Amino acid sequence: MLQDWRPTCSLKLTRLRAQMLADIRRFFAERLVLEVETPLLSHSVGTDPQLEFFITEYCLSPLRQTLFLQTSPEFAMKRLLAAGSGSIYQIGKAFRNGESGRFHNPEFTMLEWYRVGFNLPQLMDEIAELIEGLFSDQSLQETQRISYQDVFGSFTGLDPLVFSYPDYCAFARECQLSEAVDICGQDHALWLDFIFSHKVQPHLGDNALCMVYGYPACQSSLAKINEDNAQIAERVELFINGIELGNGYYELTDAEEQSKRFDKELAIRQQQKLPVTVKDKQLIAALESGLPECSGVAIGLDRLLMLMSGSASIDDVLSFSIRRA
Amino acid sequence: MAMAEFTLFVIFEDKMAIYSTNEFKAGLKVMLDNDPCAIIENEFVKPGKGQAFNRVKIRNLKTGRVIERTFKSGESLEGADVVDVEMQYLYNDGQFRHFMVPDTFEQYQTDEKIVGDAGKWLKDQDSCTVTLWNDAPLAISPPNFVDLVITETDPGVRGDTSGGGGKPATLETGAVVRVPLFVQIGELIRVDTRTGEYVSRVKE
Repeated sequence: MLQDWRPTCSLKLTRLRAQMLADIRRFFAERLVLEVETPLLSHSVGTDPQLEFFITEYCLSPLRQTLFLQTSPEFAMKRLLAAGSGSIYQIGKAFRNGESGRFHNPEFTMLEWYRVGFNLPQLMDEIAELIEGLFSDQSLQETQRISYQDVFGSFTGLDPLVFSYPDYCAFARECQLSEAVDICGQDHALWLDFIFSHKVQPHLGDNALCMVYGYPACQSSLAKINEDNAQIAERVELFINGIELGNGYYELTDAEEQSKRFDKELAIRQQQKLPVTVKDKQLIAALESGLPECSGVAIGLDRLLMLMSGSASIDDVLSFSIRRA
Repeated sequence: MAMAEFTLFVIFEDKMAIYSTNEFKAGLKVMLDNDPCAIIENEFVKPGKGQAFNRVKIRNLKTGRVIERTFKSGESLEGADVVDVEMQYLYNDGQFRHFMVPDTFEQYQTDEKIVGDAGKWLKDQDSCTVTLWNDAPLAISPPNFVDLVITETDPGVRGDTSGGGGKPATLETGAVVRVPLFVQIGELIRVDTRTGEYVSRVKE
């Protein structure tokens, strides 16, 4: 008999998920952060060349429009912030095409929140409070905070802020990762992704939350650049047991700079012959009208559940992973 | 003429299957650095904001060595024409070992380098698995269990049936295994070829 109708996760995990969601909602209710919902289906989508989106068609005869499933609720939430919502959070689905593996499912659950008036260290305090609370039964070790430059340097001896092709190549060869030389070439950001994924990340957060802040400016994404050091972006990433859990920024509020970053990403998309999209003009307009100074973070709740339950695969915490969806 | 050869080569290349990192499943046979390899494990590694990689554990089928290699997601490798075929071991002519596919009577020969460790478990007429790459033997695997006669061993101590300690025994194929003290020359025993350990006596 066909067994595929069954959930991939246990009933115990289904209950743990419900409990986790209730705890998160209580955490934000106590802090007067407003829960919001934004569309999953939109006219535009993130331009990040590293994120593949799902495209669908909206048919309302005779109208036919291309719509996108959201890779993150970020743009819509920023429009709410610009409209004066105050601090907000959302628990919702995000969609990323082509991502499937032990830690990836193309449809996953994301917690994203924005704190108006918070800088990045303040947001990191709140992240630690939330995570430590959710893991209160599992006695996590003390939360660690370390800069990208320090953590990268300590595991590799390399400076991530200054690209030295010969040093990076020598390190890769030394670690029996010489394929990195062909894959990464002269692309500094790609080298950082490669070395960080292989040689740094696996060591981060040994039974503890590890927050890595101060990412190199070439990986700034939607974060502000540090006021005192233009080599560093106000970006933080969260890790527990070597698993990437989330990503936060002191948010870029400059419409012009945002528009430039979009153009750059769109150019890369064109150059790499990736699916085309347009930049989100409504987000740019919202930034022009004024996004309050704020910090925001997104956390993958399925991976959080994996860590809370000691599960080896994301399939173990999803009711129906993509193979059975 | 050179042109014609080149064209033929291209047509042949075209026929080879190409597998993308998404299709790398355990057991898939691919070409890597001009050697046939088998995928053991494939892990998708992707930073939330960053390049996706596949970290692949792979066995070189020529050397048996296991290596790890990272690919940019979406890269691809050519498939390797590698198949496992059940064959009968015929004989050793001193230079080559000869095998035959029972259904077709098709014969293959290999040197000791390829036979490797499997050689010490091969008895004439027994069956084994021959791994073929582009129709040439690449590796030989004996059955998990083989029954072989003891040709040489010290006389055991009378009354000892526990098998504790044991003694070395030479088998008809030349392999040496540890056997319990009560097992004697001329007896047929079963050996686990994966561990090289004695399993039991076999009644003929």
